[in-house]
Amino acid sequence: MPVEIAADSVGIIEPKKQRISEPLTLSCGRTLADYDLVYETYGELNKNNSNAVLICHALSGNHHAAGYHAGDEQDKPGWWDACIGPGKPIDTNHFFVVVPNNIGGCHGSTGPSSINPQTGKHWGPDFPPLRFRDWVDSQRQLADALGIDVWAAVIGGSLGGMQALRWSLEYPDRLRHCVALATAMSLTPQNIAFNELARRAITSDPDYCNGHYLAEGKQPDRGLALARMIAHVTYISQDDMEERFGRDLKAGTFERGIEEQLEFEVGSYLNYKGDQFSEKFDANTYLLITRMLDVFDLSREYNSDPVEAFSHAKCDFFVASFTTDWRFPPERSQEITSAIIAAGKNLSYLEIESNKGHDSFLLPVPRYMDAFGEYMTRVATEINR
Amino acid sequence: MRADLQAISDLVPKNARVLDLACGDGELLKFLMDDRGVTGYGLENDAAQIQACITNGVNVVEKTLDRKLDGFLDQSFDLVVMTQALQVMKHPDIILEEMLRVGKNCIVTFPNFGHLRTRMYLSIAGKMPVTKRLPYQWYDTPNIHFCTVRDFEVLCDDKGYKIQEKVMLAEQPISHQLKNIVPNLFAENAIYHLTRD
Repeated sequence: MPVEIAADSVGIIEPKKQRISEPLTLSCGRTLADYDLVYETYGELNKNNSNAVLICHALSGNHHAAGYHAGDEQDKPGWWDACIGPGKPIDTNHFFVVVPNNIGGCHGSTGPSSINPQTGKHWGPDFPPLRFRDWVDSQRQLADALGIDVWAAVIGGSLGGMQALRWSLEYPDRLRHCVALATAMSLTPQNIAFNELARRAITSDPDYCNGHYLAEGKQPDRGLALARMIAHVTYISQDDMEERFGRDLKAGTFERGIEEQLEFEVGSYLNYKGDQFSEKFDANTYLLITRMLDVFDLSREYNSDPVEAFSHAKCDFFVASFTTDWRFPPERSQEITSAIIAAGKNLSYLEIESNKGHDSFLLPVPRYMDAFGEYMTRVATEINR
Repeated sequence: MRADLQAISDLVPKNARVLDLACGDGELLKFLMDDRGVTGYGLENDAAQIQACITNGVNVVEKTLDRKLDGFLDQSFDLVVMTQALQVMKHPDIILEEMLRVGKNCIVTFPNFGHLRTRMYLSIAGKMPVTKRLPYQWYDTPNIHFCTVRDFEVLCDDKGYKIQEKVMLAEQPISHQLKNIVPNLFAENAIYHLTRD
């Protein structure tokens, strides 16, 4: 528990769970007869149900985007606390914010670590492969359950941005604005290569047990930690690493005549991040989501033509990229914006100067906060019009 | 209101699809949206101006106009407009070429460096002109490619651009009277409507 909750925090939040009993036909052909979605909400839904915004989380994210959980020992709020709260860009004085944990996840929504009702055992590696449209469909079912016909905005960064873009094409009548941050319309071979390294790290762990580690009472922690370490390098920039760690040593010395192994600060940090992640994330979920990412291609079923794809959208777009993001650099966002412009849809696009790499979209970079906040003010004004 | 807004708007067809280069706070686009029902986008690279565009409800795309209009399809806009920014461009000729690649029509406005007062300033004071409208010193000015009305027409002629219309603007009374008689000497600002052929 934080000692003191800031005035611009959403405060103590209790996650909710929605049982979806409407069958969900997945793009792989299989059907989930019913499933659970864990989600959090912040702010109040207005009378017309018109002020709801959907937040789509990224790879390691979940439903806990803002505020604190009761009993939290660490003074650590949700993953996007910088952006969600009273007076923040996604202002809970104006918006009813809904953040689900995606299916296939490992934080309470149905996923590989859930029990398969047909077998009574963990789904494990047998959980159906998913595509982004399956996430979007399940989020649509959640919207139905909550009585939200039209989102004022669907918002996401990175993998979340891909969901937001998919929303704009799959359910064009059900969102007014699409906010896609630090994202891309598909992965590059380099992106896929990094995902492959991560998957190899997991599947090479002897405790992976071909994905049946839960049944074996094991956890491929080492593999998952390594996977996260590899990915983490791609989230931060060279500038940021230089600034935060330089070539500083955590242990040992450069002196001659000493055999002791050195430990660099940057290495220590990565190891810590990897270990921390592997304790709270499921390896099968990690494999599932990285495969989804690799397959994702926004315009594939639109003749691989992004302009044709966006011609189906009806919402307005806010797109932002960050100068030192080398995972989804500004060029990838420019591909998105070129297509949106050619399709004639309303658009605001910003290229934010930041040395924090891909992770910038999670951080309170001042210009980003100002512009995002201003755009969301416009979204809020339209609700009340 | 900026004096040139209505003059530009008069040249813009109703409901046109417009791209505004160096759109500033979106004032022109907003005016054209209200006055002519246009749809469009502004390109800008200044953070404060981009923020103002968002406030003003104008589509804005962050972009530095150094060379090509990358990512913009040929002839994908009815009109590409650039007001009072030609002289800031590193490659004004390339930008003009790009404007006519992306747009079926192009409107460009610029301060006429051939104006009598500018000439007097240079010839009598012997110094680079500094005016209320162009208050910079030679070493800190963003305006690196000034031209006169005649210079501009020579460029259009060389490139084979067709001048569909031109409008000379001047506020100072004598200039106002003579701007259409001797444009190169009395126009303070010029608006040109160009097409490829």
